[in-house]
Amino acid sequence: MPIDIDISHVARLARLALDDDQLELYRRQLGVILEHAARVQALDTEGVEPTGHPLGFTNAFRDDEVRPSLDREVVLAEAPEERDGYFVVPPALEGP
Amino acid sequence: MSWEPVIGIEVHVELRTDSKMFCGCAVSFGEEPNVNICPVCLGLPGSLPVPNRRAIEWITEIGLALNCRISPVSVFHRKNYFYADLPKNYQISQYDVPVAHDGWLEITVDGATRRIGIERAHMEEDTGKSIHLGGGGRIHSAEATLLDFNRAGVPLVEVVSRPDLRSAAEARAYAQELRAIVAELGVSDARLEEGSIRFDANVSVRRSGSEDFGTKVEIKNMNSFRSLERAIDFEIARQVDVLEAGGVLVQETRHWDEEAGVTRGMRTKEGSSDYRYFTEPDLVPMVIDERWQDEIRARMPELPAARRARYRGLGVDPQTAGALVGAPEAFRRLFDEAVEAGADARAVANWITGELVAWARREAVDPSTVAVTGAGLAELVAMVAAGELSASAAKDVLDGMARGEGSARQVAESRDLLQITDRGAIESAVDEVLAEQVEAVQRYRSGETKVVGFLVGQVMRATGGKADPRAVNELIRAKLDEA
Amino acid sequence: MSLADLTITEAARGLRERRFSSRELVDAVLERAAQTEAELHAYLTLDHEGARRAADQADEELASGTDRGPLHGIPIALKDNLCTSGVETTCASQILAGYHPPYDATAVRRLREAGAVPVGKTNLDEFAMGSSTENSAYGPTRNPWDPDRVPGGSSGGSAAAVAAGSALGALGSDTGGSIRQPASLCGLVGVKPTYGLVSRYGLVAFASSLDQIGPLARTVEDAIAILEAIAGHDPADATSWAGEVPDFRAELGRGVEGLRIGTVTELSGDGYEPAVSEAVASMVAELEARGARVEEVSLPTFDVALSAYYLIAPAEASANLARFDGVRYGLRVPGATTEEMMARTRAEGFGPEVIRRILLGTYALSAGYYDAFYGQAHRVRTLIARDFARAYERVDVLVSPTSPTVAFPIGERTEDPLAMYLSDICTIPSNLAGHPAISIPIGLDDAGLPIGFQVMAPALAEPLLFRVAAEVERIAGFDARPTGVAP
Ligand SMILES: [Mg+2]
Ligand SMILES: [Zn+2]
Repeated sequence: MPIDIDISHVARLARLALDDDQLELYRRQLGVILEHAARVQALDTEGVEPTGHPLGFTNAFRDDEVRPSLDREVVLAEAPEERDGYFVVPPALEGP
Repeated sequence: MSWEPVIGIEVHVELRTDSKMFCGCAVSFGEEPNVNICPVCLGLPGSLPVPNRRAIEWITEIGLALNCRISPVSVFHRKNYFYADLPKNYQISQYDVPVAHDGWLEITVDGATRRIGIERAHMEEDTGKSIHLGGGGRIHSAEATLLDFNRAGVPLVEVVSRPDLRSAAEARAYAQELRAIVAELGVSDARLEEGSIRFDANVSVRRSGSEDFGTKVEIKNMNSFRSLERAIDFEIARQVDVLEAGGVLVQETRHWDEEAGVTRGMRTKEGSSDYRYFTEPDLVPMVIDERWQDEIRARMPELPAARRARYRGLGVDPQTAGALVGAPEAFRRLFDEAVEAGADARAVANWITGELVAWARREAVDPSTVAVTGAGLAELVAMVAAGELSASAAKDVLDGMARGEGSARQVAESRDLLQITDRGAIESAVDEVLAEQVEAVQRYRSGETKVVGFLVGQVMRATGGKADPRAVNELIRAKLDEA
Repeated sequence: MSLADLTITEAARGLRERRFSSRELVDAVLERAAQTEAELHAYLTLDHEGARRAADQADEELASGTDRGPLHGIPIALKDNLCTSGVETTCASQILAGYHPPYDATAVRRLREAGAVPVGKTNLDEFAMGSSTENSAYGPTRNPWDPDRVPGGSSGGSAAAVAAGSALGALGSDTGGSIRQPASLCGLVGVKPTYGLVSRYGLVAFASSLDQIGPLARTVEDAIAILEAIAGHDPADATSWAGEVPDFRAELGRGVEGLRIGTVTELSGDGYEPAVSEAVASMVAELEARGARVEEVSLPTFDVALSAYYLIAPAEASANLARFDGVRYGLRVPGATTEEMMARTRAEGFGPEVIRRILLGTYALSAGYYDAFYGQAHRVRTLIARDFARAYERVDVLVSPTSPTVAFPIGERTEDPLAMYLSDICTIPSNLAGHPAISIPIGLDDAGLPIGFQVMAPALAEPLLFRVAAEVERIAGFDARPTGVAP
């Protein structure tokens, strides 16, 4: 059963600017992989809980203690664009 | 046919823990940009989150305070969306198993008390801050955006109400009550101006009597209780207008423009809100069992609703009880101490919520530094009841007490404000005045009884204002009538 | 014989006997790299200066009586998805070209504390996504046994380096077989520890619920030495095991007498090269001859393990890799808006395999498909764990080939993603269950290419795993060295 994928929607969700040829190639490849992956649907999982941590432990917390932060200059040295201690990006098109 | 508004409120409360939700960076405000950042809250490759235990205890407090059920096992999810101030481009949040769910909160509007359902309270992390440059700060005309990640990763509790609110006034009361609760718990600064508590409203309208829901609009960007109320009122009116004109509403997010007093649609790409939630694989489940809940509950302070009920039980009227619940903590403690010292609760409540609150505001004094004690306040109230102080003299005495001039009696004496309560002294003053004011006495006897006021004034003058005017009045009438 | 050909255990002895210094050991390894790198391309970064400095320090400490244990002064290679403070860390991706992390991964820090000398950062499939180390933005790594073939992946650079002698041991990461499969294809021992045994802090995440850091080395003993240095609870990783670390040497030398060993029906048959199947079968026969009770066990859900894996891993990856957006670090491709800048940066910065998996994972998580794909895959994961649990009621360990084939020619599977994914068919179940597994070299095929034998054990049963592995190693007596690259 071939799987129909709205590949441009998926690419938009994933923030990937792909051209039409790329989109078509990935659409076909994903179709093949998903056909194989769809085999998981053949298993009866009625009442089966999804897996959590393999060792099954819970409650890993830290105390509310302040630890030193990074030196801003070190961090901003990796930034593609910075100004006055801020990271800079082009204007946003839409709200969050 | 009339319309019924249906309103739900989403509240984001920033917790004031020492460190962030998932890393050790300090939670602090008003600092230089990007100083409280580390690999975790900046989403550097390879970093991993570890939850702050205190934040989990505090959201549990909030859940319990909102009469919620606490999930015995709860998990974090990733909420996926791209935004420049979201360092990992997913927010660690909760989805189908929040820490707290199915609670309620009581509000009173115009004397009517209603229970508003709480759907859930879940734990998440805050985003960084975007500063949009150019174009007057309007998002889509900005030339560049500056990013500060100091706030990224600050623990955030989101409280979602059920759509049980039916007016903007109710929404405001709900928001105020919720703010009072988190302030009382001491888990948040809960300052609207600083954004440490933020309200979004979901508003729709439907025909009165209908059980269906209309198209829901989310409104954001209200930074005071007043603007919350105005924004909802505006939105209700806008929706009714559209519908009555035969129009159709779209489900959207709208921004409240405080200056213009209107809500405006935000520009968004269609279908961009597919958050692809899935269990956060970097974290293990949280088990908040009965024992831990009990420990947390034992630490919680008395909450506004319980306190209000207790004040009412002491005979304080509803409005004063409400005002006292909202009074500064130091003043509420003063009330408890004064009642403990045997004072009349109603009178003490009136003095605190009226004169004392006004005094502190007028003098711009931090309530916790005001020198009044519970015992002192009890003494003041007793002196007024005994007629030793007039109402206006008592205000003076309170001023003196608040300035640390001593007990009520000491202040009354040193400021010479005690009323003459010795009946003999008042009587001789009255006799003197009646003997002098022959003409006035004549007028009284000829039926002009209102001249008593004049005679009382003369006696008060003769006693330097320290006689109890009520007693003087009674005495004059008695003497004139008997003669 | 060059010092570069010593095992860690031999080198450690030599250092303490003052037969050579750590500096000499490191120089030998760097010299080997100088001879082989042009052909193999095992490394993305060689840190000559840092390595020599660390070696000198190790020598000074040893001279002054400070002994940090078996790794003291030993040159180790690090897969380039492990963060190293101030040393470029690219994950073999353009999107992280020139990126210098401000911190060390916990495993790296612990290696340094154990006195190990990191010599450089090894090549990998971009973001550890692949089984051949061909998906590197900086070009493929070649197999020292035959440079026309792949070293396996994604830890192919680490495997090639250790096989060639440009490191004595290495760290890799294993999400679906990325340590064991290249170990198998390069004639090495490779261990994927129990999930949570080694901190993932500082490992650039591919699929968080599956990723584990582990050693590649020439012997079981060497692998244990590395694992001992890096295992143990880390408060910076909430998924790391807070309990006691098992004593990995507790059961060594006890042989296999009386042990129940299960062969897996589903990990045999079509698609397995005869040489591989035969070598594995004869090893099983040898184990039986030494007193093990062998039985065949069927784990039916293994047939869909690969499918579940190719939904779960890409789904987690799609979120893990969302942070590479051109805002705070790494590559930025300009755009008029934030959205455009991000989308261009990601489309140009990621290679095709990474993009394919991000798209796959995004799709599997998206509204309307979640339950059928991601949700179902996670429930299937539970069934796989149950299958394992049932099997372990009957046997102590499970064994299989590590890879259905020996090293395959470069380019053979690059156009067919599914064929490439099938390379991991034997290794994936252990990742899904979170169990430990190891690959041990047991021989060469007719073309002189190594064959690996996999042993799987229940969670935290590493002592048992190493006991069986050590016996397999002893039986195989594998001491061949790669011939493809002349040292
Ligand atoms: Mg939220
Ligand atoms: Zn931080």
